Amino acid sequence: MTARGGALIVTVAVLAAAPYWLPGSYYVNIATQILFYAIFALAIDLLIGYGGLVSLGHAGLFGLASYVIAVVVAAGWGHFAAIALALAVTLAATGVFALMALRSIGIGFLMITLALGQILWGLAYRWISVTNGDNGLNVDTRPAPFGFSLNQASAFYYAVLIVFLIVVACVAVFVSSPFGASLRGTRDQPRRMNALGYHVCMIRFCACLFSGLLTAIAGILFVYYNQFISPQTLALTASAEVVLMVISGGAGTLLGPIVGAALVVIMKNVASAYIVRWNFLLGAIFVAIVIFMPEGLVPGTVRFMRWVRKSLAGQFAGLVPGGEARR
Amino acid sequence: MNLYLVLAVNSITLGGLLFLLSSGFSLIFGLMRIPNLTHGSLFMLGAYLGASLAVWYRLDFWLAAILSAVLVAAFGGLIERLLLRRLAGNTLAQVLVTLGIAFMIADACLMAFTGDPITVPTPAGLVGAVRSFGVVFPIYRLVIILIAVAFAVALWLLLDRTRLGAMIRAGVDDPDMARIVGIPVPRLFTIVFCLGAALAGFAGVIGAPILSVYPGLDFDMLPLALMVVILGGTGSLLGSLIGSFIIGFLYNYGQALLPELAYFVLFLPMLVMLLVRPQGLFGRQAP
Repeated sequence: MTARGGALIVTVAVLAAAPYWLPGSYYVNIATQILFYAIFALAIDLLIGYGGLVSLGHAGLFGLASYVIAVVVAAGWGHFAAIALALAVTLAATGVFALMALRSIGIGFLMITLALGQILWGLAYRWISVTNGDNGLNVDTRPAPFGFSLNQASAFYYAVLIVFLIVVACVAVFVSSPFGASLRGTRDQPRRMNALGYHVCMIRFCACLFSGLLTAIAGILFVYYNQFISPQTLALTASAEVVLMVISGGAGTLLGPIVGAALVVIMKNVASAYIVRWNFLLGAIFVAIVIFMPEGLVPGTVRFMRWVRKSLAGQFAGLVPGGEARR
Repeated sequence: MNLYLVLAVNSITLGGLLFLLSSGFSLIFGLMRIPNLTHGSLFMLGAYLGASLAVWYRLDFWLAAILSAVLVAAFGGLIERLLLRRLAGNTLAQVLVTLGIAFMIADACLMAFTGDPITVPTPAGLVGAVRSFGVVFPIYRLVIILIAVAFAVALWLLLDRTRLGAMIRAGVDDPDMARIVGIPVPRLFTIVFCLGAALAGFAGVIGAPILSVYPGLDFDMLPLALMVVILGGTGSLLGSLIGSFIIGFLYNYGQALLPELAYFVLFLPMLVMLLVRPQGLFGRQAP
């Protein structure tokens, strides 16, 4: 077994045992938040890191899935129908949005997604007869898959963990597949990919759809976790928070967004215990990370470790047989 | 019928404000190739500065407006010089920095001016309305329209008739070539950024008596400016002008006739424009 496989098994075991070693349900809830925000961050990472498309409207899609759940459940339909409808509506909206935003790439994509996200926010805020405006909507019950109640913090944590592990596995398969490779190709050399006969726009469109699906899943978990949804969830700050998770952890890696999600969720919880100005801190961290560690924490740390190893190897090069040759 | 006429005047007024906001945004985008996501925040910052100068320090309204425009311009210059300049060539990082600053401005304003909206009285001498064709037009709104038209002409003269304007146009068309023939493009960046910030700040102050000043004004205005630029095309003054009035009309009529869907009304023209003519009405094909 490789070291990587071993680390994976240990990580999954630690995550699975989290409700036992965490000191209380408050911490289990934070772990749950980290997991569904990690799914959300992975969705954005697919676009930013692998597709080179920066979206600032994803909170709109995330909130859309949540609102569909809240409205449908309030109408008296079952949870299963609500979840299916939320996935379908969000995917359809993602399709339309991607069609519009992909008309221009690069910075234009960012601008259009921002405007679209704000339109969804405006809809949630003003369409009072459906969304109840600023007061938001409650979701009174959580689903009980196969008869298991998810009302306990730890039970809900396990449900989210299972979804999270499936999502991570899917994303891992996706990015290492030929399709993932072609997506990276459209990020780096769109014209060459076009010349090679790849349908660049179609590849990007499919990546957007996959990202939208993951966003919908995260939104559904979010609304069942909070059992409440308000326009705040769709605000531009929410989109920016997730982009921050991705770029702080390291875009274009699988682990980066997960680490970033953990970092931002913990920071937000810790910071809000001491200060009220989370948005100021968010902005400041944004500026600091972009200027000082543009490639993100995970690649930054990897580079740092490599540098340490290299300089150590350099120091002892004379002592280790073959050390000189390796340099 | 009356309602529609009044709405039309309001729409043109909002269009004028949007033109002041989006012309700077569009110029910055055209020259520096980045959407300045602090633009809404500069608008709000100008509005708060103007409101505090005019309401708390009892300064003359127009003096307050000019003073806040200068202050916001200086602030914009600092952002460009100290932060964006360091990240030259990395557009994504530049955009994310402007977003980060936008959040910081929003929170700093909330801290400094509290969450209560500030109402700014209409400047003395412009209170009241004129009556013609059996309709009442508020004087101040007409003045805003005049100011916007004056600025549009001045900007056009600046860009089309002066040496500075020629250099800016060269920078927009081909920054590399402009550099080669000796145009100081980095200095142009600072000038244009300050100009755009000043326009946004000024618009914020003169818009304050109509819109009032409240937290969240920044991210109410920014998407409108984005949509103006998406509709009108980037880097084009005429595009900003036409786009501003289209958005002004749609937003005002939408708010009056379909208040619940006010923002959503803007979605359709954007959809149509992006599908039919992705570069916008007067934009050129992306290079």
